[in-house]
Amino acid sequence: MSYLPYALAVWIFVVGLYGVVTSRNFVHLVVCLTLTQSSTYVLLLAIGYVNRATAPVYADVPQGTKAVDPVVQALTLTDIVVSVTVAALLLALAIQVQKRNGTLDPDALTEMSG
Amino acid sequence: MTRQLRIGLFAVSASGLAALLLWAVAGLPDFGHYRQRYGLLLQQVAVGERHATNVVTAVVFDYRGFDTLGEELILFASVIGVALLLREVRDEAARLRDRMRSDAVGLIGIGFAAGLLVLGLYVIAHGPITPGGGFQGGVVVAAAFAIAYLAGDYRAYRRLTPQPALDFVEGVGAGGYAVVGIVSMLLGSAYLYNFGPLGEPGTLASAGSISILNIAVALEVSAAFVLLFTEFLEELSVMRAQGR
Amino acid sequence: MIPLQAAAMALVAVFALAVALTRDLVRLAMLSSLYALTLVVLFLVFQAPDVALSELVVGGVAFPLVIVVAIVMQRGG
Repeated sequence: MSYLPYALAVWIFVVGLYGVVTSRNFVHLVVCLTLTQSSTYVLLLAIGYVNRATAPVYADVPQGTKAVDPVVQALTLTDIVVSVTVAALLLALAIQVQKRNGTLDPDALTEMSG
Repeated sequence: MTRQLRIGLFAVSASGLAALLLWAVAGLPDFGHYRQRYGLLLQQVAVGERHATNVVTAVVFDYRGFDTLGEELILFASVIGVALLLREVRDEAARLRDRMRSDAVGLIGIGFAAGLLVLGLYVIAHGPITPGGGFQGGVVVAAAFAIAYLAGDYRAYRRLTPQPALDFVEGVGAGGYAVVGIVSMLLGSAYLYNFGPLGEPGTLASAGSISILNIAVALEVSAAFVLLFTEFLEELSVMRAQGR
Repeated sequence: MIPLQAAAMALVAVFALAVALTRDLVRLAMLSSLYALTLVVLFLVFQAPDVALSELVVGGVAFPLVIVVAIVMQRGG
């Protein structure tokens, strides 16, 4: 029961991979890639959680209150903002593919030419 | 390899992967029983050492400041990639006047955009004190500009966000972060070590160089996201003008 | 693990499956924003307000905008 958050991260990862493999559209593929990436956020935050603890912000609670781990939160929050930029880069690539080949189906674009 | 064969192969390997992953995470400590000493140590000393009540911001910009430099350079590089892919010499005359026809939407949108801009600046400025910081507030400021597009004219949006200004602001943000680290070295300590007046924890002017790095990252993130939106929306408006 | 966390995790699992299984692109844009919202609730319940704020602004504004523009450009081409 106490390993449920970690199992949730594994579930999201495998579901995202399934979406990537069975995708029929590049835009859907990029969204499923972002879904797979979000499983790492859940795993990181679940590792840092402390029972009956508060957020690591001491603006209104006294010093020394038990708080969750701040390091994993720091890693996660920069990662979220950067991942959407990388997803935008992948979508720009997909738009270029659409312009040159007229289709966004991964199954129809299996051969390299030129 | 046909599609059915690929999906069958995936089913077999994914179940193997899931089994391995579940076995791996079963070796982690129980949920809630966190044992690492680094995090617990940081909670006790961070406010006293850096005078920043938001320990996560102190970790992002001070204790792990070097990682943040790498992350913001990733953001910089991928925006350059998007600009390379989508920016081309476009004909000025071929741009369609993309106007929202409802005055009510325009008025409410401008009200929201102004409110969002102020909220974004508030979130950026209060980074070292309350939850927030350069990353979150930068995206909120970029959202305020995006609402200017959604509520009004595409040309009004382009007038608000001139391309050279955006390029300059983003460069200043990304380079400014690296330069602040060098200033820290000139003052005799390590790269990106905290310097400057530490102030009183809980006030706006506190935490030394954390505030400066916060502002640099906010500049970079907001300019990067507005550039991203501009590239995508420009592509859209050119496509509409050509009647495709 | 309190029941609130269990409920948030169940919501996240359901919406993750929904995002992977949907085929229609307009629904995908909406569902990805809803998935980001469930992630925000999960991050808040895990006592991480900075991360929740980050995911909220990104999943509510930046990500849907780029997806919708990509969808419109795909249709027009």
